[in-house]
Amino acid sequence: MNKPKINIQDLNLYYGKQHILKNINTIIPERQITVIMGPSGCGKTTLMKSLNRLTDLTPDCSVSGKIMIDGQNILNTTEDITKIRKKMGLLAQRPYPLPMSIYNNVAYGLRISGRKKRRFLDKRVEHYLRQVNLWNEVKDRLKEPAGTLSIGQQQRLCLARGLAVDPEIILADEPTSALDPISSQTIEEKFKELKNQFTIVMVTHILRQAKRIADYVIFMYLGEIIEQGPAKDFFENPQEEITKDYLKGLFY
Amino acid sequence: MDLRKIEEIFFRILMFCSTVIIAVSLIIIIFSTFYKGLPHLTWEMISKTPKGGFYFGKEGGILNAIVGSLYLSFGATILAILFGLPLALFLNVHIAHRRKLVNVVRFVMDLLWGVPSIVYGAFGFTIMVFFGIRASLLAGIITVTLFIIPIMVRGIDEVLQSVPRGLHESSLSLGSTRAETAYKVFLKQSVPGVVTAILLSFGRAIGDAASILFTTGYTDHIPTSLSQPTATLPLAIFFQLSSPIPQVRDRAYAAAAVLFIIILIISILSRFFSKRYQKNKINF
Ligand SMILES: Nc1ncnc2c1ncn2[C@@H]1O[C@H](COP(=O)(O)OP(=O)(O)OP(=O)(O)O)[C@@H](O)[C@H]1O
Ligand SMILES: [Mg+2]
Repeated sequence: MNKPKINIQDLNLYYGKQHILKNINTIIPERQITVIMGPSGCGKTTLMKSLNRLTDLTPDCSVSGKIMIDGQNILNTTEDITKIRKKMGLLAQRPYPLPMSIYNNVAYGLRISGRKKRRFLDKRVEHYLRQVNLWNEVKDRLKEPAGTLSIGQQQRLCLARGLAVDPEIILADEPTSALDPISSQTIEEKFKELKNQFTIVMVTHILRQAKRIADYVIFMYLGEIIEQGPAKDFFENPQEEITKDYLKGLFY
Repeated sequence: MDLRKIEEIFFRILMFCSTVIIAVSLIIIIFSTFYKGLPHLTWEMISKTPKGGFYFGKEGGILNAIVGSLYLSFGATILAILFGLPLALFLNVHIAHRRKLVNVVRFVMDLLWGVPSIVYGAFGFTIMVFFGIRASLLAGIITVTLFIIPIMVRGIDEVLQSVPRGLHESSLSLGSTRAETAYKVFLKQSVPGVVTAILLSFGRAIGDAASILFTTGYTDHIPTSLSQPTATLPLAIFFQLSSPIPQVRDRAYAAAAVLFIIILIISILSRFFSKRYQKNKINF
C-alpha cells in the first residue's frame, strides 16, 4: 500500500438528528484507486462530499472528527476552503456542465485561478480534452453550449474540467452510472491511466467494475465501515458475514 | 364511461375555459384601450409638452409624462437590480445552508410584496417630510425602488431556487468562491428567468400611480434634474380621466396606449437581448 493521502479519524456526521456517518476511520492511499462500496443509502456520497466539505451546503449538518489531507485537518483549518477544494476534482453521479460553452467549461478553473492568456488557455483546453478522449468529437464545436453534448460526452467534459484545475485527488461518485457501456469503459480506462498521477476515490455499485479497477476497497453499511483492505484480500477473502452476503449479491 | 375518463374530460374543459376567460379579458383590455386611445394618439401627443390650453382639450402633448415615467421607472429598476439581484443571489448561494434565515427573508419579502403601493407612497412622503425634501424625481425613484425590490427579489429568487444542487456543488468543487458561483454559474444558468423578473418589476414601476402620487408631484416640464418634480404617465391618465372635458378624457386613453406600447417595446427588446445568453442554459 502506498503512503496515505487522506487519513480520516473518528468522523461522525449528522444531518439534523440523523446519524449518517458513524465513527469512520480509514486511510486512502496516494496514487491508487480506492473504491467505496455498499448498499444504497449507506452514506457513500456523504462520505465523498465531506472530503471536500460540500456538506457545508446542507442545512443542519454537523461534523466531528478529523479529515487529514497531506497532514492538514480540513475540518478545522484556517486555510481558504476554495484552495482545499481545488486539490480535488469531483465527478458527480450525473454530469453537471456549467452553463457556458464547451471551451469555457474547461477553461473555467484556469480562469478563476487567474490564468487568462488566450494562447495558454487554448493549449490547456486542448490538452485536457485530449486527455479524456473528447477532443476529436468537439474540436469543431468548442463555442457551442456544453448542454448540447450527449450525457456521456458531458461526463467526460466534467472530468476534463476537473482535471484542468490541476487537482491531486479525484472524487468520483458512480461516474459511470448514467453512461452506456462504451462510455463507461472509456472512463474506467482513463482512471487506470490517471492513477499514476492522481489519488482516486470512487463509489461504484458495479461489482465487476470494482474488481477491475480497485486497489483498495472500503465497504460501508448503514453509515459504518464494515470492512476495508486491499482489493485482492477483500474480494477473495472477505472477513465479515455482511460483506460475504453483499459480494454474493444477496442484497444491494 | 369510467370515472377516470370523466375526470380527464372535466379538467380539460376547466383548463380550456380558464384559458379562454383569461385570454379574452386580456384582449378586451388591450383592444378597448387602443380603440379609444389610438385615434387621439397624434404625433403632437407624444412629441410636445402641455401648452396653455392643454387641460381644456387644446394644443400640447404628454411628452413630459412619457419622459418622466421613463426616467422614474428606469431609475427605480436599475436601483432595484443593484440591491435586489445581489440579495437574491446571496440567499441562494452564500447563505443557502441557513434555511431558517433564508425563509425569514423570503417571508418578509412576501409580506412587503403584499403591502399596497399607496402605503409605500405614504411612507416615502413621511421620509420626505422628515428630511425636508420636496416632491421630486429622486423621491419618486426611491419610493418606487422600495416598492419593487420585494417583487424583484422574490421573482429572481424563485428562478435561482431551480438551479440544481449538483451544479452548485460542481462550481464549488472547481474551487470557485461563493461570489464566482453566484455570478458566473447561478446567474448564467438563470438569465431568462431573471430577465422576466426584472421586466415584471419594471412593469410595476412604470404602471403604478399610488406610490408616486405624493412623492413625484406633477409638472408640465420635462425634469432636468433629480430634485425637480416630474409628471408620469399613470398620473397623467388619472388626472385626464377625471376631467369633465371629453377631449381630455380621450387623451387619457391615448396616454394608456402609450404606456402599453412602452412596456411592449421594453419586453421585446429585453427578450431579444437575453436570447443571446439563454442558449447556454443547461436543461437538467
Ligand atoms: N441533504 C440531506 N439531508 C438529509 N439527509 C440526507 C441528505 N443527503 C443524504 N441524506 C441521508 O443520508 C443517508 C446517506 O445518503 P447517501 O447519499 O450518502 O447514500 P449513498 O450511500 O450515496 O446511497 P446511493 O448508493 O443510493 O447513492 C441517507 O439515509 C440519506 O437519506
Ligand atoms: Mg450516492
